[in-house]
Amino acid sequence: MVDRWLIAFIVYVVVNIAVVILAIIKAKMTRKISERTAFGFLGLATALAALPVLFIIIYTIVNGAGAISWSFLTQAPSQAGKAGGILPVIIGTFYLMLGTLVFALPIGVMAGIYLTEYARDNWLTRLINMAIVNLAGVPSIVFGLFGLGVFVLTFHFGLSLLAASLTLACQALAMVITTSREAILAVPREYREGSLAIGATKWQTVRHIVLPQALPGIITGAVLAISRAAGETAPILVTGAAFLVPRLPSSPFDQFMALPYHLYTVASEVPGMSKTTMWGVALVLLVVVLSFDVLAAIIRFRSRQRI
Amino acid sequence: MLKPGTSSVVAASNTGDSLRRRPRLGERFIESWIFLAGLFAIIILVGIIAVLIKEGLPIFTYSSPWQFLFGTKWYPTSEPPTFGILPFFVGTLMITLIATVAAVPIGVGCAAYLAEVAPPRIRETVKPIIELLAGIPSVMMGFIGLMLLSPLVKSIFHLNTGLCGLTAAIMLSLMSLPIIVSVSEDALHAVPKEFKEASYALGATKWETIRHVCIPAALSGIGAAIMLGVGRAIGETMTVLMVAGGALAVPLSPTDPMTTMTAAIASGIGNAARGGLQYQALFAIGLILFVMTLAVNLIAERVLERQKRKFAR
Repeated sequence: MVDRWLIAFIVYVVVNIAVVILAIIKAKMTRKISERTAFGFLGLATALAALPVLFIIIYTIVNGAGAISWSFLTQAPSQAGKAGGILPVIIGTFYLMLGTLVFALPIGVMAGIYLTEYARDNWLTRLINMAIVNLAGVPSIVFGLFGLGVFVLTFHFGLSLLAASLTLACQALAMVITTSREAILAVPREYREGSLAIGATKWQTVRHIVLPQALPGIITGAVLAISRAAGETAPILVTGAAFLVPRLPSSPFDQFMALPYHLYTVASEVPGMSKTTMWGVALVLLVVVLSFDVLAAIIRFRSRQRI
Repeated sequence: MLKPGTSSVVAASNTGDSLRRRPRLGERFIESWIFLAGLFAIIILVGIIAVLIKEGLPIFTYSSPWQFLFGTKWYPTSEPPTFGILPFFVGTLMITLIATVAAVPIGVGCAAYLAEVAPPRIRETVKPIIELLAGIPSVMMGFIGLMLLSPLVKSIFHLNTGLCGLTAAIMLSLMSLPIIVSVSEDALHAVPKEFKEASYALGATKWETIRHVCIPAALSGIGAAIMLGVGRAIGETMTVLMVAGGALAVPLSPTDPMTTMTAAIASGIGNAARGGLQYQALFAIGLILFVMTLAVNLIAERVLERQKRKFAR
């Protein structure tokens, strides 16, 4: 009798333990499964964020490659952009990038130096930092209005390469300042102290020790900034870009053609434009902009490896 | 107080002092330029505000702010002209809202995946691709919307034209992804390791840790990321100009063609005579746009600053 009760009790305990273990395993399983599902969705979100870019780039290459020829890249447009090439458009964009660089780089780097080497932690510095952050968020068309009001009309530069470059430089400034500041901050303190200890002045230290060390970072920022400038349309739309200019700009006060504005016009404004031409313009714009992005990435990668 | 002349005697007797007091004029000159360059960001921001106010505010002597903000008719060339920006305002709100609703789950999910789940190799491949997305010019996105997306939207929703608010919103959601992903990812990375380890020690799985520990801890940063995405969408011009359709009526549905505030400025400014009523009205729209994006950015910045301090040790 006792044996039977004992066996029954043991069976009861074993069954209970088994149930508990099974419940735990089951709970673990569903938790594992719910984790799998959740990670699946996160992966899907990542794919949704990353794949369209690749699609856009590949699709543009496939469709635009047909338009790319020697004459497309080296001739001026004819028949209202329907025939001929886009050489003046490409050159106009390079002028713009150059103009942006000339104005934004010196001021941006000097501002970066000021903020890292000279500025104290006071209200003015905080105000400058706040201005930089907010400048980066100002809509591009508002920069266009600013350029129109100040450079085109008040300074009487007219609708011109100069006005457009200055406008783009104002827009690029926030980025140049931010990247130079990061690059200068990354230079170890000991370098500065060593230089000051052997009797160099502050400016000599900045000029001969800090800046050379920060140079790769500064160049990366500058390249990224002009790549953005090359793709901007809204600011130049109001400050001097034109669809068809018979000659290349011969002075900074001339109007000019530029890739993004050209793409906008052939795609949206001119009826009966051949699709091949449109994709061709799009491809050239994409190549110009992204090749500078890639260049920036290479410089950054190289300088990281060196350190 | 030293009399003039005595200081040079003191300096001559002390080399260290003389070094410090030597008038390095060139250096002073350069340093004053550096200071000036440092002020440039403020100068430009103040300049933008000044230009927008100077050129834009005079419109309110012609049309009351109420009429301007809530008027539904934008007829700048009729006699007499009327300037009501409600259609543009509603267009901006509608497109921004749809773009944000579409971009947030994808952006935050992608950030969580990259920050917590992805093996290093996938992370190192995906991050540059998303940076690449940030580098694609907005006119290019407009072109893609025009050529590829709008025919698709047209056939799916049986519309007369695929150039409508929805098409613009989809393109904008794609364009606001990079900033949402990168700022959210930074916020997730800033969550202290101890939080996660404590969660694992309690027996939580990785997903439970992400869901109940990481995301709540990083929530304010993720919120700031969303705000920045919204700011991006409000200010985007070319994409909207090319694919939103450009209708001037108040949009009633996302599939209506519409105009946003940015697109209204870009399409109208070419025909506006300087100092004319339309010119003033467009600058006034610019002013409103500027105030909206400034507010969004200031709040996002404030939130990020606070988050940074919260986890700083």
